[in-house]
Amino acid sequence: MSVDAATVRRIAHLARIAVTEAEVPHLQGELNAMLAFVEQLSEVNVDGVEPMTSVTPMEMKKRADVVTDGEIVDAVVRNAPDTVNHFFLVPKVVE
Amino acid sequence: MTDLTSMTIAEARAGLASKSFTSLELTDAHLSAIEAARALNAYILETPDQARAMARAVDAKIAKGEGGPLAGIPLGIKDLFATKDVRTTACSKILGNFVPPYESTVTSQLWRDGAVMLGKLNNDEFAMGSSNETSCFGPVVNPWRREGSNTSLVPGGSSGGSASAVAAQLCMGATATDTGGSIRQPAAFTATVGVKPTYGRCSRWGIVAFASSLDQAGPIARTNRDAAILMRSMAGHDPKDTTSADRAVPDYEAAIGKSVKGMKIGIPKEYRLDGMPAEIEKLWSEGAAWLKSAGAELVEVSLPHTKYALPAYYIVAPAEASSNLARYDGVRYGLRVPGRSIGEMYENTRAEGFGAEVRRRVMIGTYVLSAGYYDAYYLRAQKVRTLIKKDFEDCFAKGISAILTPATPSAAFGVGEKGGADPVEMYLNDIFTVTVNMAGLPGIAVPAGKDAQGLPLGLQLIGRPFDEETLFSLGEVIEQAAGRFTPERWW
Repeated sequence: MSVDAATVRRIAHLARIAVTEAEVPHLQGELNAMLAFVEQLSEVNVDGVEPMTSVTPMEMKKRADVVTDGEIVDAVVRNAPDTVNHFFLVPKVVE
Repeated sequence: MTDLTSMTIAEARAGLASKSFTSLELTDAHLSAIEAARALNAYILETPDQARAMARAVDAKIAKGEGGPLAGIPLGIKDLFATKDVRTTACSKILGNFVPPYESTVTSQLWRDGAVMLGKLNNDEFAMGSSNETSCFGPVVNPWRREGSNTSLVPGGSSGGSASAVAAQLCMGATATDTGGSIRQPAAFTATVGVKPTYGRCSRWGIVAFASSLDQAGPIARTNRDAAILMRSMAGHDPKDTTSADRAVPDYEAAIGKSVKGMKIGIPKEYRLDGMPAEIEKLWSEGAAWLKSAGAELVEVSLPHTKYALPAYYIVAPAEASSNLARYDGVRYGLRVPGRSIGEMYENTRAEGFGAEVRRRVMIGTYVLSAGYYDAYYLRAQKVRTLIKKDFEDCFAKGISAILTPATPSAAFGVGEKGGADPVEMYLNDIFTVTVNMAGLPGIAVPAGKDAQGLPLGLQLIGRPFDEETLFSLGEVIEQAAGRFTPERWW
């Protein structure tokens, strides 16, 4: 399978990465090189094979339902690009 | 006094215990070496004040007889590990000046055991790369050069800073991470020992995530013994990582020097690639001969799905990366590039913050997970992954203790030499290492010789799940036979 220019733009939007028109042909070439490389997987017979969900057979542990952390708002927001009163500030989302 | 930076961790441990020198002296020697080696670009952040403070504190503890297993040993930390109050960027512009308010579990265990942090080490952006050329801080230079040449070579990647710093004696050991070969390939390129532990052996908590089902932390050191010493401190169960294994951490160092007599070592025929350089082939046979003369039995084995590991990896890893890296949106931390709407802000931030390789992988990951393509790509790759793991299980079920392979298909190459036109050219570097991540197994890369141009080459040993000890025993046999390799100082 290979992707066309429109698909490259659609993937970029899905990935939330701005792509200029000038970048599209180059990206298209690179993505198609990768897709051509992974194409060989289609020759593997995977009938009746379970997809891997966990690489090591282990039962997922559940944590105790207790508070182990908190009261660290300053630490939580300290790396934020923009905050007001301990809230993250973003461009307006609701008109 | 002998040169403090050329010692092994084991030697330094003995010297500190016998009060031949202090941790502060050892640390200062390394800080000077780092300063003199900035041309290598191995450290992207030096933390001399913190290093000296940690060294002084541990010297006081040693004096009271309270030093831990790593007391006073200066280490470098890959920038993928969150270090409390010390900038951590994964070498990406998008993390900007991120200063974590927490410490990764693995590094916290190193400090618990008395180690000293010298600084943060360069790596490929988000650990995506095999040459350390994708870092936003620029490429790392390998301390090794071809004989009679001053061409800059890559140290491999993604843990290129770690490998370069250990080889150039800018730290006694370093933390690293391995998603498809990022510990073992740079170790092979720099004549260092690199260990990718079993998935779940080391906690992933506080390590910047790339592909969560493949990522695993491990050490890079100058000897098998040193790597074993570091592993003991790095490994262990962590309730904060639900995939971390709740099992006791063995004394890995006790495996050094243990007999390998009677062990069955698998030689997988599928790793004998067409067009493989004769030097690699020769190194591999030499390694097998060393193990044989140590009493091991060599058995040809088959891992029929080997050739599909790399293509399956380039679906699974980007898919997980596209999901993990969704968090970098310019809202809670890191870079923000404004836009007219929040959507545009996300898109602008991610376009400017991610480098070309990361953008490419996030996009391919997004594509293979998108509606209509999930079954054809992602689901099929996960099924192939099951088959790859089964190949190894079948092999181990026949009584094989470990598998011997080359670590890389070539020695270190020049900066800017590979992957310019076709990204796949660079990806092929990981052809021998990536199967191990796909199967969740432990692997070790051990220096084993040099090519005709004088560049180091490594061998890889692959073990049963949670049997790193056997790898250390076998790795030591190779080290004793091959000797150690140190680059000539030119920087």
